[in-house]
Amino acid sequence: MSAVVIETNTAVPVPTTPWKQTRRKQIVSASTVALSALIAVVIVLITGFAGVDGWAFTFLIVSLLVTAVRALKADAKVRKEMFVTVAIFATAALAFTPWMSIFASVVMKGARGFRPNFFVGDMRTTIPDDELNLGGAGHAIVGSLMMVLNATIITLPLGILSGVYLTEVRGRLTFLVRFVVQSMSGVPSIVAGLFIYTTFVNYTNSFSGLAGSFALAILMLPTVARTAEEVLKLVPDDLRSASYALGARQWRTSLMVVLPTVRSGLTTAAILGVARVIGETAPLLLTSLSSNSFVFNPLGGPVGSLPTYVFGLLQIGTENSTNRAWTGALVLMLLVLALFTTARFIGGKDRR
Amino acid sequence: MDGVAKTEIIPVPRELAVVYNRADRIFRRIVTSGALTSLILLGLIGMFLFVKSAQIFNDRGISFITGSNWTAGSGDGVIIDDFSIGPMLTGTILVAVIALIIAMPLAIGGALYLEFYAPFRIRKILNALLDLAAAIPSLIFGLWGLAVFTSFGERWSVLLNSRFGWIPFIKVQNEVFGRSPFIAGCVLASLIVPIITSVTREVFSRTPRDLIDTCYALGGSRWGAIRTVVLPFGRSGIIGGAMLGLGRALGETVAVYLLLNIVFRYNFRILESEGGNIASLIATKFGEATEYELKALVAAGFVLFILTLAVNMLAATIVQKSTVRK
Repeated sequence: MSAVVIETNTAVPVPTTPWKQTRRKQIVSASTVALSALIAVVIVLITGFAGVDGWAFTFLIVSLLVTAVRALKADAKVRKEMFVTVAIFATAALAFTPWMSIFASVVMKGARGFRPNFFVGDMRTTIPDDELNLGGAGHAIVGSLMMVLNATIITLPLGILSGVYLTEVRGRLTFLVRFVVQSMSGVPSIVAGLFIYTTFVNYTNSFSGLAGSFALAILMLPTVARTAEEVLKLVPDDLRSASYALGARQWRTSLMVVLPTVRSGLTTAAILGVARVIGETAPLLLTSLSSNSFVFNPLGGPVGSLPTYVFGLLQIGTENSTNRAWTGALVLMLLVLALFTTARFIGGKDRR
Repeated sequence: MDGVAKTEIIPVPRELAVVYNRADRIFRRIVTSGALTSLILLGLIGMFLFVKSAQIFNDRGISFITGSNWTAGSGDGVIIDDFSIGPMLTGTILVAVIALIIAMPLAIGGALYLEFYAPFRIRKILNALLDLAAAIPSLIFGLWGLAVFTSFGERWSVLLNSRFGWIPFIKVQNEVFGRSPFIAGCVLASLIVPIITSVTREVFSRTPRDLIDTCYALGGSRWGAIRTVVLPFGRSGIIGGAMLGLGRALGETVAVYLLLNIVFRYNFRILESEGGNIASLIATKFGEATEYELKALVAAGFVLFILTLAVNMLAATIVQKSTVRK
């Protein structure tokens, strides 16, 4: 390529980026922000305005004022642009603050009870207010994992089937199925719990882990179905045509060509479904209740789970029980994080 | 070019005659029945809840929706059963609307920032965190609201009350500011912001790049491009995202349970520490409910189900329209 260019002696235009901020401009904006922050600190210290939120508010006002001063010599369009930029940065900061604060507080407050016994012990002989090195949430973790596993076993085939229906079979009800899956994703979790309570729990006459799994499955299904559909959509049509050209029927094409190519994508679907329901509390309050010891039988009465463990401890409200609750929350967050990381890792492999 | 008129032959795809043999038909039937489970499930949920609560609707009629009493009878007939969900229904809507009003500007601002303002590296990190934030269990939001946010919320409430107390719905009767619809609404807002942001950002990212570049080429500023191209293009996505968030906020249980006092009185003063919503009512009363009260709770659940289903179907329609038009 380059040889050709040299021979014909054509000047290759170097792409320029005139919209890119120059170093000088960057320094000016950075120093503006720093200056406003500093002024805000001074104002907060002098006037006794309260706390972090007071500072943030002052900071916003000051930056708007500074922007106004800087905008004096600009024309109308640039002036507007400057104000809008400040406004968008402010709203974005405000939008991201809560969850940053959540991540930070869960890690900080949860770390206190984050010790080995939390993962192996149970609460049979421990009262919630005991020292943190006694007892644990092993039973809750096991219960949660068991219920989520059962829910996955129920949901995954159904989710894959509806994904296959929407992409491969494409029957007359495609629109309806997609619509129902969409609107089902909004069924309140407590309603799912109530439904399983009025049916399964009433008929078997006891709260159980399996009931919890059913409730979670209802909440999981839309997520799995939608993700499965998205993944199956990515399979190139050539692959299907090639399979048909080799004489395969539709069922062989779907089962032996299309589905195996998206194996990792379907795993991602399952993982995202699990991440969606692992922290659900409300349906479990109505179906699996909670327990203080290890329960391995899905039909053997109430089962402990991480969310109900946290929820129960919160209602006791003493210092150590709250600490335990925060540790439970931390473990929940770590589980969700681990699930997402795995999903990302597997999904990344698929796209290659 | 060479003066010879070229007749172009445009190949027309041949009609494919699809013949499904027996194995295919069985396969299609199995897949179809699997796909219809979600439909059947949704129908079953509605049907069972309705059947179980029919007695309540029969006994109480419309006053189940409008009345403002939740009294369990004493069994011997001295105190009569009296169940109705009026204040909880309005409370549900009140808290969800507060959450939506707060969340919408934040979510749109956040999505615009992520899509058009953030530097590449920060954007990548924030997007990953956003996905994670959208998956934080609501229980943790409730926990955070209780331990961290409430002190801020109370301070803001005091400030709002002293400055804007002359507005009827901000005025309070008792100067106690904790556990109010406002605080619950703020926490719900932070819960739905990640959800709405990720939907909105998705829609914004689908804006045709050419249109934006055209706008720049015509001398438009970044805000000009956003205002004239991105926002109109993403409008239905924004509305759909908002409805999804609203549906989520309407059905939220644990966070509201932890952050709001359930009081059976119509309350529209957002800073007053009383309120409640249907979902948290069910969670509160479920444990020690009598037989008849349970039916009333199921009836309440049915009302909530219909409410959220309506909102979500609307959202699904809007979102589907916006993705089809792409």
